[in-house]
Amino acid sequence: MTNPFAMKSWSPYLVGLGIGLLSWFTFATANKPIGITTAFEYTAALGEKVAVPQVAEAGPWHNKYFDEKSPKIDWEWMLVLGVLVGAFFSAWLSGDRQREKVPPLWRWRFGDSVAKRYAAAFLAGALMMFGARMAGGCTSGHGISGTLQLAVSSWVFILLAFSVGTVTAFAMYGKEGGDHV
Amino acid sequence: MFDSPEKLALGFITGIVFGFLLQKGRVGKFEVIVGQFLLKDWQVLKVMLVAMAVGSIGVYGLVEADLATLSIKPFLYGGVLIGALLFGIGMAVFGLCPGTSVAACGEGNRGAMIGVLGMLTGATVFVAAYPLIEQVIKGFGDGGKVAIPDVLGVSPWLVIVGLVLAVAVFLAAVEYFGHRPPRKKLSQGSGVQEPPFVARGHVAR
Repeated sequence: MTNPFAMKSWSPYLVGLGIGLLSWFTFATANKPIGITTAFEYTAALGEKVAVPQVAEAGPWHNKYFDEKSPKIDWEWMLVLGVLVGAFFSAWLSGDRQREKVPPLWRWRFGDSVAKRYAAAFLAGALMMFGARMAGGCTSGHGISGTLQLAVSSWVFILLAFSVGTVTAFAMYGKEGGDHV
Repeated sequence: MFDSPEKLALGFITGIVFGFLLQKGRVGKFEVIVGQFLLKDWQVLKVMLVAMAVGSIGVYGLVEADLATLSIKPFLYGGVLIGALLFGIGMAVFGLCPGTSVAACGEGNRGAMIGVLGMLTGATVFVAAYPLIEQVIKGFGDGGKVAIPDVLGVSPWLVIVGLVLAVAVFLAAVEYFGHRPPRKKLSQGSGVQEPPFVARGHVAR
C-alpha cells in the first residue's frame, strides 16, 4: 500500500474534511477559530514597538493601535509557524518541492522576467495583507472559520473578495488564460 | 508578550496539521488559486466548502454543548467591504492567499517568500497608519457581530442543514459540469501512485 504521506495530493474532499475536523479541534482545545493574518499584524506591531518604543507611550510618536490591541506571540502566531513546517514536511515527504520562479501562466502573459514576477508578488502580498487586516480576516479567518460560524461579515467578505479576484484574474489573463493553468 | 507554553504548543501542532492539509490539497500553488478565479480549477472551493460544511456542524455542536463559544467578527462596513476589495485584487495578482502563501513557502516557492515579505510590509503599513485607517474601517457603520441565523430569526441548525445541502448540490454540479479535460503529463516521473479517491482529472498534471 502506498504511504499516504508520500502522495503529492489528496482528494480535495478529504482535505476539506480534515480542515473541517481541525476546526472542531481548535474550538474544543483553544476555543479559537483558525486564522493567519492577525499573527502578521502582531509581528509588524512588535517590530515597530522594538524599533520605535515611543509608539506605545504618550507623546508625538504615540500610535493608538497600542492602546487598543496588545500584540503578542500567541497561539495563532505558532499556528502560522506550524503551517510552514507542516507544508514543508508534506512537500518533502512527497517530493513536491516548488522550484519554479515564474509560474507558467504568468510567463505566458507577462514574460519570463523574475524581477517583474517578484515585484508583483511583493506588492500584491502587501495589498492583500492590508485588505485582510482592514476586514479582520482572510481566506482562513473569514473564508473558512467565519463562514462555518455563519457570520454575516465573513460571508460578505469572502463572496466579495472572490468575486473581485475573479474579475481581476479575467482582466489580467482573459478567457484564454484558462488554457494555461 | 507570550501565551502560555501549552497554548503555544497547541497552536504549533494545529498549524502543522493545517499546513500539511493545505499542501496535500494543492491549494498553495499559483495555478490552482488563479485557476479557481479563472473558473477552470475548482480545487479551492471544493476544499473550502467541505471544510465549512463539516466545520459548522461540529462547532455549533460544541457551542450547543457549552464546550466552546463563537467568535464572530463584526461587520464593520468600511473595513469588510474595502478590505475585501483590496484582498481580492491582491490575492488574484499574487496567486496565493495568506495561509496558502505560508504553505507555499514550505514547498520552497521563492515567489511566495517574496510575497510573504510583502505581506509583512503591508501589515507594517497597516499598524503604522492605524489611527487613520481605523476611521475608514469604523467610519461607515457597524452591522455588529451577527450570524445568519440571527438575521433570519431561525435555528442555526436549519441554516446548517440548508448549507450542507447547498454545498452538496454545488459540488455535484461542479463535478458534473465544471470539469476540464484531464491532461496527461507524464513528465513528472515521480512514480508516486495517485490515491484512489482523487476526483477525476484534477491531479494528473
